[in-house]
Amino acid sequence: MSATTQSPTASDSRTPSSSPSRAARLLGDRRLPVAVTALLFLLMYGGGLARYQYYGFAEPQVFLNLFIDNGYLLVAAVGVTFVILSGGIDLSVGSMIGFTTMFTAWLVERQGLPLLVVVPMALAVGAFGGFLMGYVIHNFEIQPFIVTLAGLFLFRGLCLVISKESISISDSTVSSMAQAQASLGVGFLSIGAIVSLVVLAVAFYVLHYTRFGRRVYAIGGNEQSAMLMGLPQGGTKIAVYTVSGFCSALAGLLFTLYIQSGDPLHATGMELDAIAAVVIGGTLLTGGSGYVLGTLFGVLVLGLIKSIIQFEGTLSSWWTKIATGVLLCTFILVQRFMTTRKKA
Amino acid sequence: MAEPRPVLEMAGIVKEFPGVRALSDVDFRLFPGEIHALMGENGAGKSTLIKVLTGVYSLDGGTITLDGRSVRIASPLQAQQAGISTVYQEVNLCPNLSVAENIFIGREPTRMGRIQWKRLRREAAELVDRLGLDIDVSAPLSSYPLAVQQLVAIVRSLNTGAGDGEGPGTKVLILDEPTSSLDRDEVLQLFALMRRLKEEGVAILFVSHFLDQIYEVCDRMTVLRNGTLVGEHMVSDLDQVGLVQLMLGKAMGQLDELHEHQLRSDAGDTLVQADGLGRTGGIAPFDLEIRKGEVIGLAGLLGSGRTELARLLFGADQPDTGKVTIGGRRVSMSAPNDAIGAGVAFCSENRKSEGLVPDLTVRENIILALQASRGWTRPIPVAQRDELVAKYIKALDIRPANPEARVGQLSGGNQQKVLLARWLITQPKLLILDEPTRGIDIGAKAEIQKLVVSLSEEGMSVLYIAAELEEVLRLSHTIGVLRDRRLVAQIANGPEITTSRILETIASGEHQ
Ligand SMILES: Nc1ncnc2c1ncn2[C@@H]1O[C@H](COP(=O)(O)OP(=O)(O)OP(=O)(O)O)[C@@H](O)[C@H]1O
Ligand SMILES: [Mg+2]
Repeated sequence: MSATTQSPTASDSRTPSSSPSRAARLLGDRRLPVAVTALLFLLMYGGGLARYQYYGFAEPQVFLNLFIDNGYLLVAAVGVTFVILSGGIDLSVGSMIGFTTMFTAWLVERQGLPLLVVVPMALAVGAFGGFLMGYVIHNFEIQPFIVTLAGLFLFRGLCLVISKESISISDSTVSSMAQAQASLGVGFLSIGAIVSLVVLAVAFYVLHYTRFGRRVYAIGGNEQSAMLMGLPQGGTKIAVYTVSGFCSALAGLLFTLYIQSGDPLHATGMELDAIAAVVIGGTLLTGGSGYVLGTLFGVLVLGLIKSIIQFEGTLSSWWTKIATGVLLCTFILVQRFMTTRKKA
Repeated sequence: MAEPRPVLEMAGIVKEFPGVRALSDVDFRLFPGEIHALMGENGAGKSTLIKVLTGVYSLDGGTITLDGRSVRIASPLQAQQAGISTVYQEVNLCPNLSVAENIFIGREPTRMGRIQWKRLRREAAELVDRLGLDIDVSAPLSSYPLAVQQLVAIVRSLNTGAGDGEGPGTKVLILDEPTSSLDRDEVLQLFALMRRLKEEGVAILFVSHFLDQIYEVCDRMTVLRNGTLVGEHMVSDLDQVGLVQLMLGKAMGQLDELHEHQLRSDAGDTLVQADGLGRTGGIAPFDLEIRKGEVIGLAGLLGSGRTELARLLFGADQPDTGKVTIGGRRVSMSAPNDAIGAGVAFCSENRKSEGLVPDLTVRENIILALQASRGWTRPIPVAQRDELVAKYIKALDIRPANPEARVGQLSGGNQQKVLLARWLITQPKLLILDEPTRGIDIGAKAEIQKLVVSLSEEGMSVLYIAAELEEVLRLSHTIGVLRDRRLVAQIANGPEITTSRILETIASGEHQ
């Protein structure tokens, strides 16, 4: 580097990277997976319309029911989106939901506490559970997979400590809230659906317009670098699991409202549905890339599979699982393809 | 002489890693308004000293005084808050975020907690512009080459603590080998910036293995050897020969003894023939012939397409025009495996993301490519393997010379040597070296250059990319000049070819 003649072409030759070709740019665009999932949803919906239009599929309410019937899943999946974006995983979601249903039903029915008191308690317990898991993951440097697996067993076990049988809820506030409908003219939404959409909007805002949200992406991109850049990566990680715990508890409350009972076996395996929705929504399992809006489409696609199978009538509900599995495989392969393309 | 009070003083610093004493009883001080070089061979402890100072590693002994007050810095965040900004040796940014975000993350402009994206992008564009970079700040960092990422890291560090009125402003700026992947123009830009900051009273700690750069910008230097302090000197009091002697602990043999290696103009048969090979957005179609035993050096500015050309020849990018024959056989080049099968090896400039596996040992890393080329079902016999590994550890002077050490724990320069060993061991027909001496100290650099010469004499062809023109000129039989992603000239090396001739060609785009 001791050449003393300064290059006269300094200005024009210091444009280090040409703009990649249009196609390459499109393929590399991180929004593409979301668009693909949205398109898939539209295609499936269109297919449903074509096939079952004389059986009431065209009713706007069928579409709105997707939100009503999957609101709790959406809320849980939003929490999981935070965790996966940060490069982690949360397997405790289903148990946390089950636990919340039991906890709520027990307090409302057996202890006679008013719902208004129980709701904040349930949310606090969920957030605290998430916080604890995050704390252990960060401070003892243990794999999130292991820690949240422990959380899965723990909360399922706690359900049984509360009661071995299911507790149905006859509280009048609960049933009136469960039946409340917000009319939209062409149809209606339930409280659960509305809450889930609010959660989605808040999550979008947090992830894209707050420093915390951007830190989540940063530690998902490269945790070591984030630390060296002076980002409080430990606090961010703990916060992410706290968010997920809170969302699980909220999902549990919505589920309680939806089903009006607590049961130690409620929502078994729902963490996997949530993770599937996130991945189908285009979020990379390796972290750092994805959108919470994609998660909405992921949940809608899963919900639509369920309703189509219901409309079909003769198909066993196991087909839902099979279709989900096939979709998941396809989407992971697509992701794999896209990330290797980007590196090449 | 009445000296001002140092802004930073480290005394009796000790840092131990399992089995290695990386720093023992090191003293270091830094004055406001000076540029201070930290010198030493690969593995001397420079980066470790920086990481201890900035809270990445904990101290095992010693004290740190900042502005006259004793401090304990437990994390890079605390270091930043105390006014110390750092660019670590490897680019440490988030590839998934945009350039603008990488510059600002942690300090994004907000209004009532809401990030102001427009303002963030505008300010980032201004900052990047000031360094003379013309890039789209909203594109993800990963879409830019290493040199640009390096510059972005520098822009970030310059901006840390400044501007938003929250921090105390940067008092100490640490740059650990910031220039290793920059070309001359960027280096000049960076130096101008460093001088400006120095005027403003910032203390700058600068690490580089380019001695000329040290003598160009630095005022004072501290020399480390094997984790111990050798001495602190004013740059003006110590000449290069003396400095090298301090660093190595012995006088350096003549560096230029390889200078006159036979430049056989009528070298062997054609090994590689590329016809009209090109890729849109990468490099314009070019013809290139590489003969057996020939060293082809690529010269050109940052972003002129040197790496892109090499990647096409390795199949790392797929060409969309042209064809390649290697040893007379047409090779499809649709994936690196095709090239590897035809005897091409590629030592990438980006050792962090494309090269080494930090959690594997030195031995495993070295053996990786050879094992892959044999197929995983035919393991290399243990004795042969150990012998090979030992041979290359010795040949490249990898330290510590322990095949069981984890690569992630080696110093930056020693990691580079491991990567080099990996490809040398496969005995390729064509070896592509992209910035092989990046971050390597001058002693080892000479060794590597000698090795290239002897390999070429044994009949291996080498495609050699280096930012330093002298290096290219010293080694190459033929010099390919690139400009604006086009191979504009191929010049046969000879006594009449000088760096200024090459620079002219780069500037004008033609060779007379
Ligand atoms: N995390 C670690 N664990 C174990 N040993 C380490 C670790 N980091 C560094 N070392 C060792 O400490 C010594 C000093 O390394 P350091 O990275 O400070 O060297 P350096 O002077 O920066 O060299 P270079 O010029 O190659 O960057 C080396 O022997 C290295 O192997
Ligand atoms: Mg170093």
